[in-house]
Amino acid sequence: MRARVYVTLKPGVHDPAGTAVQGGLVSMGYEEVRSVRIGKFFEVEVDDDLSAQHAGGPRARLEEMCRKLLANTVIESFRVELL
Amino acid sequence: MTARVAVITFPGSNCDADLRHAVGLFGMQAVAVWHKDSTLPAVDAVLLPGGFSYGDYLRCGAIARFSPVMVDVVRFAGRGGPVLGVCNGFQILTECGLVPGVLLRNSGLTFQCRDVNLRVEGKPTPFTGGLVGATLRLPIAHAEGNWFADAETLARVEGEGQVIFRYLGNPNGSVHDIAGVSNSAGNVVGLMPHPERYVEADVGGTDGAGVFRSLSASCFGALPLKAPGATA
Amino acid sequence: MNPGNEQDTITDEMVQKHGLSPEEYQRLLGVLGREPTFVELGVFSVMWSEHCSYKSSRIHLGRLPTTGPRVLIGPGENAGVVDLGDGLAACFKMESHNHPSYIEPYQGAATGVGGILRDVFTMGARPVALMDSLRFGRLDHPKTRGLVRGVVAGIAGYGNCMGVPTVAGETRFDRSYDGNCLVNAFCCGIVASDRIFLGTTGAPGNKVFYVGAGTGRDGIHGATMASTEFGEGSEEKRPTVQVGDPFQEKLLLEACLELMQGTAIVGIQDMGAAGLTSSSVEMAGRGGRGLLLRLDLVPMRETGMVPYELLLSESQERMLIVIEPGREQEVFDVFRKWDLSVAEIGEVTDDGVWRCTWHGEEVAAIPVAVLTDSAPKYDRPQQAPAALPGLPEIVDPDPVGRLPAMLADPDISDKQWIWRQYDHQVGTDTVVGPGADAALVRIKGTRKYLAYVCDSNGRHVVLDPFVGTAGQVAECARNLACVGATPVGLSDCMNFGNPRKPEIMWQFARSVDGMAEACRALGVPVISGNVSLYNETDGVGILPTPGLAMVGLYEGPPPRVAGRFPRGGLTVALLGGVGRSLGGSVYARQFGFDRHGSPPLVDYAAEVALHDALRALIGAGAVEVAHDLSDGGLLVALAECCMEGVGGIFNVGGDAGALYGEDHGRALIAFAPEHAVQVRALTEGVSFRELGHTGGDVLRLADTHGYAVAELQAVWRNSFPEWLNAGAVATLATA
Repeated sequence: MRARVYVTLKPGVHDPAGTAVQGGLVSMGYEEVRSVRIGKFFEVEVDDDLSAQHAGGPRARLEEMCRKLLANTVIESFRVELL
Repeated sequence: MTARVAVITFPGSNCDADLRHAVGLFGMQAVAVWHKDSTLPAVDAVLLPGGFSYGDYLRCGAIARFSPVMVDVVRFAGRGGPVLGVCNGFQILTECGLVPGVLLRNSGLTFQCRDVNLRVEGKPTPFTGGLVGATLRLPIAHAEGNWFADAETLARVEGEGQVIFRYLGNPNGSVHDIAGVSNSAGNVVGLMPHPERYVEADVGGTDGAGVFRSLSASCFGALPLKAPGATA
Repeated sequence: MNPGNEQDTITDEMVQKHGLSPEEYQRLLGVLGREPTFVELGVFSVMWSEHCSYKSSRIHLGRLPTTGPRVLIGPGENAGVVDLGDGLAACFKMESHNHPSYIEPYQGAATGVGGILRDVFTMGARPVALMDSLRFGRLDHPKTRGLVRGVVAGIAGYGNCMGVPTVAGETRFDRSYDGNCLVNAFCCGIVASDRIFLGTTGAPGNKVFYVGAGTGRDGIHGATMASTEFGEGSEEKRPTVQVGDPFQEKLLLEACLELMQGTAIVGIQDMGAAGLTSSSVEMAGRGGRGLLLRLDLVPMRETGMVPYELLLSESQERMLIVIEPGREQEVFDVFRKWDLSVAEIGEVTDDGVWRCTWHGEEVAAIPVAVLTDSAPKYDRPQQAPAALPGLPEIVDPDPVGRLPAMLADPDISDKQWIWRQYDHQVGTDTVVGPGADAALVRIKGTRKYLAYVCDSNGRHVVLDPFVGTAGQVAECARNLACVGATPVGLSDCMNFGNPRKPEIMWQFARSVDGMAEACRALGVPVISGNVSLYNETDGVGILPTPGLAMVGLYEGPPPRVAGRFPRGGLTVALLGGVGRSLGGSVYARQFGFDRHGSPPLVDYAAEVALHDALRALIGAGAVEVAHDLSDGGLLVALAECCMEGVGGIFNVGGDAGALYGEDHGRALIAFAPEHAVQVRALTEGVSFRELGHTGGDVLRLADTHGYAVAELQAVWRNSFPEWLNAGAVATLATA
């Protein structure tokens, strides 16, 4: 099974990189750009048989991976899509 | 007559003053140029300094290449003017397509500030005129200096003598130990190590001096790469 | 008066959540003469927090010597300033960012560096050097590796981007830091001595400008957090961590220094902890004026923000500037050139009241004097803790043979893995960088060099805070002497536990007194610093850790002295006496006796004689190597001198005290035999003992032991990175 994981900054957390990209776009003439926020995107492939052995199945496992490693839950939130 | 060398300051550049200081030590006049300037003044060479232009956010050099002054820098390079990009300057040159390849995250994932040994090779350039064959000890200070190109580009760069600096002891995982490359004409050079940091015996050493001596010599016509508008 | 906010009545619970005791709230009611609005309660909570008011420490800090012929500005401003002669001055300070770094190591450490940089360039100085003093828990504690990686990456991420070299630092480990790491960041800048800027207001009618990044909801109540003990549930405080933007700060640095070239600025103040509130109140307090702030004009990064949030936000990379009326355009021009937010948000008033409005409505109005002068000051009870056990006799049949284990000790082993991640050369002035006794950084265009060292030794201080702290001051001065420099000033960062515990308060007071005595004896003024209390987790305090950063000046031709043997054929000598003090030593800790005995004493006359001799030797070019004895004593210092690959034959042996004692007042030197007579003349009055000669690639000791230098190098170099990589937990989430 494949999964997509999106990790994004929580609302309100300052995104210096996004701000710099927004400024860059505006200075290049894309004046309509009001804000840019940058996140991370993961494609994860998991073994169906193995993940079925865990309570909650692949979604629970992937969310656990997000909490433990993929996302810094101090400042980031995540979303898991199973394909 | 003094050679005039432009050092461009991008927002986030932090080796611009170091480059101007080094240029001055070798009898050339450093001209500070602001990235928002729409035209390049009359100069004999252009240097792009190290640092973190636009914070290195998105990709190193990705936003700086769109600075207004870069239009003129690309034009200057196209006319054969000598252009050197050091560290972040090298990253900007690759984003502009003025030199081949890209710079990826170091294989060890961390920023590395330390001395490396380099061999100068390839075709003669305005910055390495008398140095080909020499071994230099210069410092690196980067997190994204892992030079990479596809197989075809790599073969061309190697075949045409565009590898100008090669690590002896690879610090970052770059393909073929490549530390610096030139464009096909040889007038535009980018490298990750910082020659401007080692130009005085009391501060690290003098192995970077040759790059500036070579530039000074080439500005006085030793190489047929005189830029239009030059004052020398 | 309408508070312009959702809550009007102040409940006991609200008072408690703001970190004010019932007594403090009564005091607030008394000085204000009425009930505060909710906004005002927030303002008092930060202004009266330990972090801003120094309420527990202030009465003790007054005992430190803060004046001297070179001191231009002492404690109380954003940073202290010392005169370097020829119109130049050094502006420096060390500050802690412990609690935020434990909660989010990358951002906590990064914003610590950002804050100390702002403190320095606010004064008009261009930052030229950074240092960091770090403390982490046991190597086998599950959190330690992640904290080390995150903190180091955060310091690197911020300092490197700013283009300010990180030239020195120190990192030590102890179980007491398991749940409370320490991150103390130091910055020094150079400023023309007649162009120093202060945080003041000037005359009524002057305009107040906000410049830099927009304000978001970052770190609201961060200053209050830094004053509360950690414990179960501290996870909930996480959203208060602020995110640093070094790129924005680099622009702010250049823009501020550019505006400072002119004469528009009357006063300028960094918005640090407690943000807009404390910066504006401090400015008004120093200027003896009132201020009017129109909060709706503050540049905001988020929608729906309210006055309470704007006043308490700890968003980074912001400054408050006061200018004379009519000079507004100059400010707009410079900050717009650098693509930074700039807004006129208020003015200086003559009524002495700190007043905030929100779309024309008043939301806070407090006399400035009430906020600055009426903060509580506590002389908290002190009591000496129960005496620690004496140091038992350590049975060690082969103390010399312990050398490899000593070199692998986490407090002694090579920290290249850390400092290679810091750009220590940008600026092209670093003559001696990290890994040496002290860093040495040139001032271009002069014959002046500044030397930097930071040191703190909780192992010694816990045994006797007075003696331990005095020893640290001596050690710092000795480190500076080893690169030929004379101390010009000290910044202190006092990291202690909960001041409400009499034993902790006693440690603090004794530590201050020890520092004061040593600073007087060695002629070093304390010009800046900060205090970090409540460094405890679940009731367990850290080792008392007074972090010291000392700056020295060297003038003359480039000094040629190294900390390692550069070649064979040199004579090696020990200056100062034979060691014997193992209390608080790394050696004793290796046997599990790390809270036993007493620390080494300081003999000030011997220290001064040694430092003078070292400076004379280096100034005359008579020695090629000078290296201070500290952690691990004589044998470790000798082995460290071999770490460039040159060994030697030395008559060094004896008992563990002689080999590993951490007695003060000692240094190793190495010199060419032809300089022997000159060396003896310049070290007259200092205990001198020839140990042997350099040469070969083996370290031979007392005819009994021989170690291949390459093997010692491997142990010393590899033990720290091997430990880190053994727990190769990916750092994706923190970097």
